[in-house]
Amino acid sequence: MSGGNMMISEPVLELQNIHKAFGGVVAIEDFSLNLHAGEIVALVGDNGAGKSTLIKIVSGVHTPNSGTIMLDREQVSFADASVARSRGVEVVYQDLALADLQPVYMNMFLGRELVRPIGLLDRKKMLRETQQLVEELDVRIPSASAIIRDLSGGQRQGVAIARATHWAKKLILLDEPTAALGVAETAKVEKIVSALKERNIAVLIISHSLDQVFRISDRICVLRRGVQIGVRETAKTDKNEIVSMITGVN
Amino acid sequence: MRRFDLQQYVVYLGFLAIFLFFAITLSDDGFLTSRNLSNIVLQTAPATIMAIGLVFVLSAGEIDLSFGSIVAVSALSAAVVMQDHSMLAGILAGLGAGLAIGWFNGFLVAFLHLPSFLVTLATLGLFAGVARTMTDLRSIPVVNDGFTGFFGSGALAGVPSLVWWTLGAIIIGHIVYRESRFGAHVIATGDNPRAAQVSGIKVPRIRLAVLMISGGCAGLAGLLYAGRLQAAKYTLGESDLMTVIAAVIVGGTALNGGKGSVIGALVGSLLMGMLNNGLILMGLAVSDQMIVRGLIILTAVAVSLRDVNR
Repeated sequence: MSGGNMMISEPVLELQNIHKAFGGVVAIEDFSLNLHAGEIVALVGDNGAGKSTLIKIVSGVHTPNSGTIMLDREQVSFADASVARSRGVEVVYQDLALADLQPVYMNMFLGRELVRPIGLLDRKKMLRETQQLVEELDVRIPSASAIIRDLSGGQRQGVAIARATHWAKKLILLDEPTAALGVAETAKVEKIVSALKERNIAVLIISHSLDQVFRISDRICVLRRGVQIGVRETAKTDKNEIVSMITGVN
Repeated sequence: MRRFDLQQYVVYLGFLAIFLFFAITLSDDGFLTSRNLSNIVLQTAPATIMAIGLVFVLSAGEIDLSFGSIVAVSALSAAVVMQDHSMLAGILAGLGAGLAIGWFNGFLVAFLHLPSFLVTLATLGLFAGVARTMTDLRSIPVVNDGFTGFFGSGALAGVPSLVWWTLGAIIIGHIVYRESRFGAHVIATGDNPRAAQVSGIKVPRIRLAVLMISGGCAGLAGLLYAGRLQAAKYTLGESDLMTVIAAVIVGGTALNGGKGSVIGALVGSLLMGMLNNGLILMGLAVSDQMIVRGLIILTAVAVSLRDVNR
């Protein structure tokens, strides 16, 4: 059923028949999707459709009741988020998970700080690598040692995505990356997300803005009340079709 | 683009201002004599050590109100054990008591998710009571010369042992706080616990660790008191709570975590010691000293926190 036949590469992520229920409430009915390197897939649907649950399953926060997750053709089961992270899956959370009083470079290496052989923090190296990365991704911040609190919303989002990019080997999950941003900042963040394609990273993005979805995604996957309605190639569909898939109204 | 961070420098400016004020007004009362100045350093040694522990606790977004009681329990434990046993046994008993109470605080906070303010407020009272019952309110003399020299009146290379302890604790504390991964994790935990947790930092372990560090520091402070005074009593550490918290806050450590300075805490502690000393030399009655000290601390803390509340 996957619409990714234009891809020649092997899928990075394969979700097969994922089912998740909380108690008696079914959150995800039966979900299957393949993601390829350098591909951006948008996950759309109304509130409560199961988008966030799905992201949490892929990032290891929730374990599915049944179904398989495969990374690079190898079946995985994530005990928690740190396992998923060690396998090259990074998440950019809605609240960004940044430490506001710390400089950009310490956030970039949060929990994974670089140390010198004697065990002390290697601030110089962290600064240098951060500076290089934000330049590559064109995240415009005053400097890698700027304090997060002094940055704008778009800059913070840029830092969070840059961090995910730095650590992601295969896959980045983005949960509403531009929900709190203005027009100019949204454009900036979309540019950064699009740039991830060149790094051969697969991106699964949740967004409420269909305009945005059509601007940046390769494929669109629609969920309604936990049911996977369908997957469309962005170039071969239009907003009307997606809206009717989301709402169930023709 | 960098904002001028007043908070970072206020302690040094305040230190200088108060020093100059006393130096001028008390020049005839012996404030500037080397004997008086070194006395200030020696008297503040235990408070400085407690302050280092508190920098870690506050930076992690927690608080410890119980360290004053830990000081008393630890000093008494060491003194009682040394009545029949060696100096080493006394040291282990003192430090062990501090670490054990710190662990108790930390366990309740980290794993039972109780707020550290309430936990340590309760253990402050609890262990103040324990200290009183331990020896029936009696003071226990410490006659072990090795111990009193090592922790109190002794000197190495002409420098008093209390100065060595302060120096050693500050250097170790500063390096662990600023230059180790653990320190970075402590600060991140206080700044944004959720971010720390999703970044793979074991937040409960950090909370347990900082409260144990505070307990251990208070235990060491108890040993220093016992060594210097050559006795242990339940009142030790009782009056240090406000001084130590003020020293740490004035020294640039944020009350709600995510930011702090060990060096700042040292200067803050010396500032508080200098204040005590100067007010006594000025001949103020104890009640007036309390009022003036309270007002000055209030001013200093208000200036220190102004930036945070912005």
